[in-house]
Amino acid sequence: MEIIFAGIKQALSLLVSLDPEVMGITWLSLKVSGTATLISLFIGIGIGTAVALTSFPGRQIVVSLINTGMALPPVVVGLFVTIFLWRNGPFGALEILYSPMAIIIAQAIIATPIVMGITLAAMQQLPRKLRLQILALGATRFQMVWLLIKEAKLSLMAAVMAGFGGVISEVGASIMVGGNIKGYTRVLTTATVMETSKGNFDVAIALSVILLILAFAINLVLTRIQQRVRPR
Amino acid sequence: MRADEPITPILRGENIQVRRGGKRILDVSSLKIFPGEVLSVIGPNGAGKTTLLQSLSQLIRLGKGDICFQGKKVGAEMAPLDYRRCLAMVFQEALLFDTTVYANVASGLKIRGVKSAEIVSLVNTRLEQFGIEHLRDRSARTLSGGEAQRTSLARAFAIEPQLLFLDEPFAAFDPPTREALLEDLNGVLRTTGTTAIMATHDQVEALRLSDRIAVMNEGRIAQIGPPAEVMNHPVDEFVASFVGMGTIFEGKVINCERDTTTITVTRDTRPAAADTLPTSTTSAPFPPAAGTASERNDLIVEIAGPARREERILCCIRPEHVTLSPGVRTDRSSARNAFPAVIARISPAGAFYKVHLNGGFPLVAYVTVQSIEDLNLRAGATVTASFKATAVHMIRRG
Repeated sequence: MEIIFAGIKQALSLLVSLDPEVMGITWLSLKVSGTATLISLFIGIGIGTAVALTSFPGRQIVVSLINTGMALPPVVVGLFVTIFLWRNGPFGALEILYSPMAIIIAQAIIATPIVMGITLAAMQQLPRKLRLQILALGATRFQMVWLLIKEAKLSLMAAVMAGFGGVISEVGASIMVGGNIKGYTRVLTTATVMETSKGNFDVAIALSVILLILAFAINLVLTRIQQRVRPR
Repeated sequence: MRADEPITPILRGENIQVRRGGKRILDVSSLKIFPGEVLSVIGPNGAGKTTLLQSLSQLIRLGKGDICFQGKKVGAEMAPLDYRRCLAMVFQEALLFDTTVYANVASGLKIRGVKSAEIVSLVNTRLEQFGIEHLRDRSARTLSGGEAQRTSLARAFAIEPQLLFLDEPFAAFDPPTREALLEDLNGVLRTTGTTAIMATHDQVEALRLSDRIAVMNEGRIAQIGPPAEVMNHPVDEFVASFVGMGTIFEGKVINCERDTTTITVTRDTRPAAADTLPTSTTSAPFPPAAGTASERNDLIVEIAGPARREERILCCIRPEHVTLSPGVRTDRSSARNAFPAVIARISPAGAFYKVHLNGGFPLVAYVTVQSIEDLNLRAGATVTASFKATAVHMIRRG
């Protein structure tokens, strides 16, 4: 118990003193996971909506693949992103392995199926006749899709939370493709793993507490937005 | 326009066909909607009413056929989007957006890019017309079913459609709510002179609102015409049955003189609705016809109107045209046809009671609660059922 209290105390001290290294790690974590979530939103909402609103041969297989993708293990993603970005890999020429960009790519791959799956379910839950109603109101196809997305906004906000929550907390892919390089690719999760392996439990706990506070703060903001969009 | 000039239809559908799962679910050879009229499309579930509305409004793709709006072929001379922006649709479910009542009513106008100042005025007018101005800032999710449907109607009228499609808009409501909505819709339709097509399975709704009624069956329009014509002169057995011709039987013409046709009807010797008759009456023979039986014991029915001898015809009588009197009467009243009949079953039918009888052929009559008591009507009792020759509508068997 003493270790835990010491860790919490250390965390508060690091936060209050605005420790430059910790602030740097926190900022990078936010930047990387935020960008990855943003990318996953564009791809996930786009494809999720398209699959929900269209019918085509093999649709059920596509839906099953999306749902499977929601449980994609980060280490598997890390492994394949590493292979693809490896010096001799298909995208080796880009030379982005062990860079924040590599972590963003890996995290975007992890978050996209989550956002896609939730979007798909959210759009399918809307009444089928709502599409016809929107078209009958004189909407173009683009206006129709936009209005449907707005109708599913509460569920889509949940997709943002789930996507961000999934990537800010993952460690496997970040450590594999980022390499946990100090001051460059070290994020909160990889730093926590490293400090734990070194036996620095107080620092590891401090980083975990910061991670939890961060995740809570982001979700609090998103929840407030989600609850505010519904009129009284 | 000269008075004798034919009115140009606002909407014309030609050879409209829709297939689903390899099956033809809609097949309408021609349908014209005239400016300012209200056309009701009635028919049983699965008759194709909704598919017809969605096809005419171009919300679903046609397998075949053309739709012309104000003389322009949609898809060729007029873009589908431009066409859709001339119409509005109200569904059975209100299908409101998750926002305020005001924003919902304004949504069609916003989609069209109408200026805010104009939107305010148009929306306020419709909110007032449908009595929902006090709900303008309420969330659509908190509305009752009736309020939500009023909002949906206000949204449809806010865009001042040239053509309004109503797909069973009141089917989900209790009678008082339906009555109130119907009254308001009728008022706004007549005030604005909006052309409307309404799908419904409620004939009362159709009669209240419509200038014409179309009866649909298995994807086809079985009959279209003014309400009185469709209700009283159905073209076939299906329409007759659907519009409430309670009594339908077949007969053979034996004579036709001075516009009065006499037919014979083969006496049905099977007990009607035996399960509902008391045991004592099911085995008993039917009462003898009151002086109307032929030598072969067939029944004789007189009908106003001409027919060819030996022709087989279907006779249809509305329940309200059949009158009942107690016991077996042999005297002839103004009704040309009087038959002793056994009451098989009495069931409530709104403000009336529906009496199912067997007078040698099945008969249905409407009576009031007072009549049930006064005439002591009950299952198994024998009464005299009578109807005028003019009450019988003939359908030729072809």
